[in-house]
Amino acid sequence: MEDLELRLLVVDDEAGMRMAVERALRSFRVELDDLDVRVGLQTSGVESGEEAVEIMESEPPDLVLLDHKMKGISGLDVLARFEDSDLDLLVIMITAYASLETAISATKKGAYDFLAKPFTPAQLKASVRNAVGHLLTAREARKLQEERRRVRFQFISVLAHELKAPLGAIEGYLHILKDGTGLDDPAVFERVVDRSMVRLQGMRKLILDLLDLTRIESGQKKRHLEEVDLVEIARTSRETMEPDAAAREIDIAIDCDSDSLCLTGDRSELEIVLNNLISNAVKYNRDGGSVTVRLRRAGHMAEVSVSDTGIGMTEEEQARLFEEFTRIKNEKTRDILGSGLGLSIVRRITDMYGGEVSVESQPDVGSTFTVTLRADLSEEGE
Amino acid sequence: MSAEKARVLVVDDDPDFLEQMRIMLEGAGHEVVDASGVDEAMEMLEEQVPDLAVLDLMMENTDDGFVLAHRIKSAHPDLPVVLVTAVTRETGMEFDLSREGGGWIKADAILAKPIRFEQLRREIERLL
Repeated sequence: MEDLELRLLVVDDEAGMRMAVERALRSFRVELDDLDVRVGLQTSGVESGEEAVEIMESEPPDLVLLDHKMKGISGLDVLARFEDSDLDLLVIMITAYASLETAISATKKGAYDFLAKPFTPAQLKASVRNAVGHLLTAREARKLQEERRRVRFQFISVLAHELKAPLGAIEGYLHILKDGTGLDDPAVFERVVDRSMVRLQGMRKLILDLLDLTRIESGQKKRHLEEVDLVEIARTSRETMEPDAAAREIDIAIDCDSDSLCLTGDRSELEIVLNNLISNAVKYNRDGGSVTVRLRRAGHMAEVSVSDTGIGMTEEEQARLFEEFTRIKNEKTRDILGSGLGLSIVRRITDMYGGEVSVESQPDVGSTFTVTLRADLSEEGE
Repeated sequence: MSAEKARVLVVDDDPDFLEQMRIMLEGAGHEVVDASGVDEAMEMLEEQVPDLAVLDLMMENTDDGFVLAHRIKSAHPDLPVVLVTAVTRETGMEFDLSREGGGWIKADAILAKPIRFEQLRREIERLL
C-alpha cells in the first residue's frame, strides 16, 4: 500500500479548536483499499478567513476545515470567493450552531460536508475519511479520463493518417491517367487501375475493421451466446480465403481431433478471430506455402492455433504486433495490405473470452498464432 | 524534355508512390531505381551513384527524408536531391529552401505530393 500525505488547513479563530483538530488527526490514517493507498494528514491552521483565502490562492491545501463564524470575513464568504474556481480541494464547514440554513448555503457554495460544534474526534475523523475518499477517487477518475482522451486523440491521428495514405496513392494514379504519362503501354494502364482498386479495397477493409473494433469497444453490440462449432467456423473461413490462397498455391489444412469443437460464445466474434488469423497466415505466407489451423480442447479452454510457412518476424517485431495500427514494415511486407487493426481486434475479443493470444515466430520460417478461449462464456467466473 | 536519359533513385516507403514515379520517369525515358528505406537507399548509392535522387520526407521515422538527404549530400555534394512531401498540405507547414534558415535542409528542391508530371519534368530539367 502506498503512503500519501495530504495537506489539511484548519481555519478557526479559536486556538483551542485548531489544536484539538491537529491533535485528533496527528496519527490518523485513512486507508483506501480501492486505490491501494494509505493517507496521512499534515495539518496547519490559520485564525481568519482572510489568511485562509491567501493560502488557498497561493498554495492550495487538499482539505479545508472551515469555521463559519469568525472575526472578519466568514466561512461562507471564503467559500463564495472560490465558488467558481476550479481549485482541486474539498471544504468541510464547521459551525457553532447546527443551523440548517448555514448548512444549505455552504453546500450550495461548494462545501463537501458539514460539522456542527461541538463535535467529537470520531465525528471529525469520519468526516475527514469521507472527504479524503471522495477527493482521491475524483482525482483518480480525472486522471483516467485524461489518459483515455489522450489515447483517443492518438488513435484518431493515426487513423486519419491511415485513411489519407490510400487516398494519396489513388490520387497519384488518377493524375497519371489524366496526364497520360507512360500509358502507351497497356500493361502500365492495367497496373495503374489494379493498384488503385487494391488501395480502395484496403481502405474499405480498414473502415470495416474500425467498425468491428468500435462495436467491440463500446460493448453496444448485443452478444448472442449460443453453442458454436469452431471447426465449422474454420471451414467457412477457409472457404472465404480459398481464392486468395489458391492463386498463390497455398494449402489451408484444418486439424482437429474430432468432427467438431463446440464452445458457448458469440458466433460473429469467433468468426472475426478465425478470419483474421487465417487471412494473415495466407497474406504473410510464401507462394506454395501452407497454413495449418489446429483446434484443440484444453480443460475449460478451447485452443486455436494457426501456423504459416511465411515470412515470420523478429522478436522485436513480435513485441509490437498487437498494438493498434502496428504493421511490420519491411522489404517483405511492402506489397501486403492490411489495416493494422486485425490483431488488436483479435486480442480484444480473446480478452472477452478470458483467454490469451500469443505468437511464436522465426524470420523466413513462419509464425504460429495461438488463441485460447474459455469454452463456456455463460458460466461466470473461472 | 531533355533528351538525356538520367538514372533516378526514388526512395519512399509507400510502394504506390514508387510505382507512380517509375511510370512517370520511365515514361519520360529515364531509368529508375527505387528503395523503400534509408538503409536500402544507402546500399544502392554505394553500388552506383545516380544522376538524381527523389526522397520522401516522412518515411517510417518522421525525419528519415531529411536524414537521408543530409547523408547523401555529405557523400555526394554534386548529386541533386529532390525532397517530396505531403506535409505541406496536411499541416500548412512549409519548407522554403530559399528563405533564411532553410540552409539546414540539404536538398535542391522540395515538391508537394501529389506529384504532377509537369512539375517533376521542370525540376529534372533544371537540376540536370
